[in-house]
Amino acid sequence: MSQKRIKVLVSKLGLDGHDRGAKVIARALKDAGMEVVYTGLRQTPEQIVKAAIQEDVDVIGVSILSGAHLELVPLVIKEMKDKGLNDVVLVVGGVIPPQDVPKLKEMGVDEVFLPGSSLKEISEKITRAVEAKRGIKIAS
Amino acid sequence: MLLEKALAGEELAISRLLTKIEYFTPEGLESLQELIKRSGKAHVIGITGSPGAGKSTLISELISEYVKRGHKVGVVLIDPSSPFSMGSFMGNRIRMVGKDIQQNVFIRSIASRGNLGGISAEALMLIEALDGLGFDRIIVETVGAGQTDTDIVSGVHTIGVVSVPGTGDEIQALKAGIMEIGDVYIINKADKPEAEMLYEAIRFALSSAEINFRDGWVPKIVKTIAIKNVGIKELVDTFEEHLNYIKSQGLFDKRIKDRRVKMIELLLRKRVEDVISNIIKENSNYISKEINEKHNLLNLINEIYNDVKNSL
Repeated sequence: MSQKRIKVLVSKLGLDGHDRGAKVIARALKDAGMEVVYTGLRQTPEQIVKAAIQEDVDVIGVSILSGAHLELVPLVIKEMKDKGLNDVVLVVGGVIPPQDVPKLKEMGVDEVFLPGSSLKEISEKITRAVEAKRGIKIAS
Repeated sequence: MLLEKALAGEELAISRLLTKIEYFTPEGLESLQELIKRSGKAHVIGITGSPGAGKSTLISELISEYVKRGHKVGVVLIDPSSPFSMGSFMGNRIRMVGKDIQQNVFIRSIASRGNLGGISAEALMLIEALDGLGFDRIIVETVGAGQTDTDIVSGVHTIGVVSVPGTGDEIQALKAGIMEIGDVYIINKADKPEAEMLYEAIRFALSSAEINFRDGWVPKIVKTIAIKNVGIKELVDTFEEHLNYIKSQGLFDKRIKDRRVKMIELLLRKRVEDVISNIIKENSNYISKEINEKHNLLNLINEIYNDVKNSL
């Protein structure tokens, strides 16, 4: 009866008290027609994956500005694997040095959004990634 | 398959099943039909009130208190969908961080998706499913409610209406609508200076009421400061008191029957509304011309009405 809407968890990973960017992204994804669950600051990998399971999101969006992405993101990926979230898209955004992008992708991150990414590009790439990973077609 | 795993308590299976139910897929609806046979045991509590009243923070504390008392707690949080993009920004869960890590807690957010009235068909289906899956205390948070968002009445056993000091006076407490539906009136942020005034206003509204209270239960008033975990034990005690009261009056099962009727009503409304919206959308140019240029009101209404009827 209702068409499937993309559901996204937007969260802040680790010790990082700045969530303006995450809120802007969450808001933009809402405006792109997605259903966004915002979980806020200082989340552990365990908390993020737990919320993702209970909400049955299509996408986990992690915002990180602390510089600890290479240490913390693998913990999220491991937790996702342990809990069986193999078909959930993982995207990372924040202050990420460009040379770290391939490293994150190799770990299993689907998309990395650096400062300056347009909101339109972000929502489109997320939509494509969901279609590919979850095998569903999202009407625009 | 999914249903079996969900019944065995696998969290991811529960979650995926709920998605199938909220999107009305055949597997979801068949599973819900099975779950309805098992449901009807949970005490369902609705928490409503204006945006910013502290509903989510209060629920966060209620979760802990119910878990402490040995219950399995399901939570359904409703937040509004955008009328423009149909997207949603759901920020209730942020107040409950860490609560879902506890055993026996399942928290699920759902967007209102065009449903008005504070509660949706989808939310009632999730309640039914969680009940059937063995959660014995289910808390529903309505969207930040306006004065007439009172559909929650037929969806739950017990209604807590959350008010905050300083947002109105005696006149608000006397009005029809949301200030009539509470089984428990919760004055949250009770450390604010105007708390006593609000207490008196609600007490006055209740004591001066000439109406027979629903089912003969005289509504209670409880003060809380959710963020400091003040008044939460008393609130749960009051909810349990109401539960025992409705059980003693033989009303527990009646509320569940009412809830299911409401679910069917909302489901049907949704289907019919979809038909109406589509017809209006498809014919908007024609309709606009008929009404604005030809002022053809009566024929137009009949014509559209017949269209709707034929499309059902």
